[in-house]
Amino acid sequence: MTTDHALTTEKLTVGYGDRVVIESLDLLVPPGRITAIVGANACGKSTLLRSMSRLLAPRTGHVMLDGRQVHRMPAKELARTLGLLPQSPIAPEGITVADLVGRGRNPHQRLLSRWSRDDDRAVAAALDATHTADLADRSVDELSGGQRQRVWIAMALAQQTELLLLDEPTTFLDVSHQVEVLDLLTDLNATRGTTIVMVLHDLNMAARYAGHLIALADGGLYAAGPPAEVLTEECVRAVFGLDSRVIVDPVSGRPLMLPIGRHHVSVARA
Amino acid sequence: MSTTTLAAVTRGRVRRDRRRRAVLAALTLAVAAMVVVSLMVGRTFYPAGDVLRVILGETVPGASFTVGELRLPRTVLALATGLCFGMGGVTFQTMMRNPLASPDIIGISSAASAAAAFAIIVLGLGETGVAVFAIVAALGVAVLIYLLSFTDGVAGTRLVLIGIGIAAMLNSATAYILNQAGQWDLQAATRWLNGSLNGSTWDETLPVLAALAVFGPVLLSRARSLTMLQLGDDTAAALGTRLERTRLVAIVAAVGLIAFATSATGPIAFVAFLAGPIAARLVGAGGSPLLPSALVGALLVLVADFLGQFAFDIRFPVGVVTGVLGAPYLIYLLVRTNRAGGSL
Repeated sequence: MTTDHALTTEKLTVGYGDRVVIESLDLLVPPGRITAIVGANACGKSTLLRSMSRLLAPRTGHVMLDGRQVHRMPAKELARTLGLLPQSPIAPEGITVADLVGRGRNPHQRLLSRWSRDDDRAVAAALDATHTADLADRSVDELSGGQRQRVWIAMALAQQTELLLLDEPTTFLDVSHQVEVLDLLTDLNATRGTTIVMVLHDLNMAARYAGHLIALADGGLYAAGPPAEVLTEECVRAVFGLDSRVIVDPVSGRPLMLPIGRHHVSVARA
Repeated sequence: MSTTTLAAVTRGRVRRDRRRRAVLAALTLAVAAMVVVSLMVGRTFYPAGDVLRVILGETVPGASFTVGELRLPRTVLALATGLCFGMGGVTFQTMMRNPLASPDIIGISSAASAAAAFAIIVLGLGETGVAVFAIVAALGVAVLIYLLSFTDGVAGTRLVLIGIGIAAMLNSATAYILNQAGQWDLQAATRWLNGSLNGSTWDETLPVLAALAVFGPVLLSRARSLTMLQLGDDTAAALGTRLERTRLVAIVAAVGLIAFATSATGPIAFVAFLAGPIAARLVGAGGSPLLPSALVGALLVLVADFLGQFAFDIRFPVGVVTGVLGAPYLIYLLVRTNRAGGSL
């Protein structure tokens, strides 16, 4: 697969109703890599993701994919290149895992076309990649939170897009399932060259798994670049209003942020 | 990908496809059987040969009137309205992701019924005028409910509650019309409040068949997009579904089906509400619910009308029978959502 899709925003301003959430944002998503978007609550992370995937029209400015305006592209054509897994997707009651993953094939199917051998292959590959093949005939309602998240990712994989946007793929998961999901996305990036953009709450997970970090503050870009450059004590103070120490993670060599609150602090404040 | 996974995926899909086809075939057979029974059986029994000769236009003493003029239009109208209610109802339920958001719960059927009662009883219009009146009123109420319940693109519980309120208002409007016009007889009242097939004629049946021929294929052509909406707006859009266009086409076509059917028979109670969930139980949740739900709707109306006519000492209108079937399910649904701690 090619890994050279260029996804950028140019002076992008978006919002809901009277409220402007993101203002005049210029951004570049490096192709073929894992990008994490971090920032405080309600700073516009999800809004940015929704706008980049055409769900929210810009007030002014553009989202560009390979030199074309995303919001002018036909819906299905865009959905064959760029996939989005929203924060809380809804599974129809009683649907089986295989059928739900099969819904990811929608952009590849025409009005009256029948289910094809390629569709079966894409579903099987997605189940294998997410280690959910043994769940294929189970009802989604019966699954645990971690299993369900892997099934949703499988649906996004069956879409076979070269860009994949995920809105907080690890929320509601315990730490081992968080690591499992992030490892899975890393595999995907490494083996298929899929460009991944994800919104993450956990700064340390973001710094460990992303090659490129985007920190948003107040609807604008605070910093973007490799985690070692972006995740600094100044950045944490500016973006989250929190004092912290940033050390080198002994496991990964990436930055590790330790928050400094009002209690349980035994070192002098910076 | 491993070949065992591929084999398992294919096997599972073929199995579910086969189940769906088997259920559709069984439903079609059951509907066809009920049509035949409705034509043959009644106060007088006519053998299949007589019925067939009447349909082919021959004159058969006795049967020509009973079957040709009474049973045939009634049965065809039961079949057509059942298909309309089943398909229109499940369209709303699928689009709103809520079994309670069925047109007969949220006031759309009531709007069509009140408008039809007004057009017939007060204005004295003919079939076409009545149908136009009904569809305009139903569309108007659909838009009104949508606008009243729309907040940030989400219209769940609010829509159902506002719809129930509007339905109550419209039902009292219907009762008022019946009362004012001095037409408060049981026949008219049951028709416009519960739905009835009594006194069906070809003049009432033909517009419903036309609506089915126009709006049915329109909805079926949107079947896949409609099932995508079940995943939530964002996921559906991210998978290439055009939300606004799908919703617009679906609402107009579903309201058209409901309004035409209602203007002929009144809002046959709970058929639109029941058909979708029953169909989903039968075929599973994977594919489009439109066709199975239409067939279940037809079966419900045919069976309920037959029971209403012949199972008891007195004749009940079809809407009373479907009402008795539907009410417990409505209560079950409310109790279940309440127990799950969820909203409506």
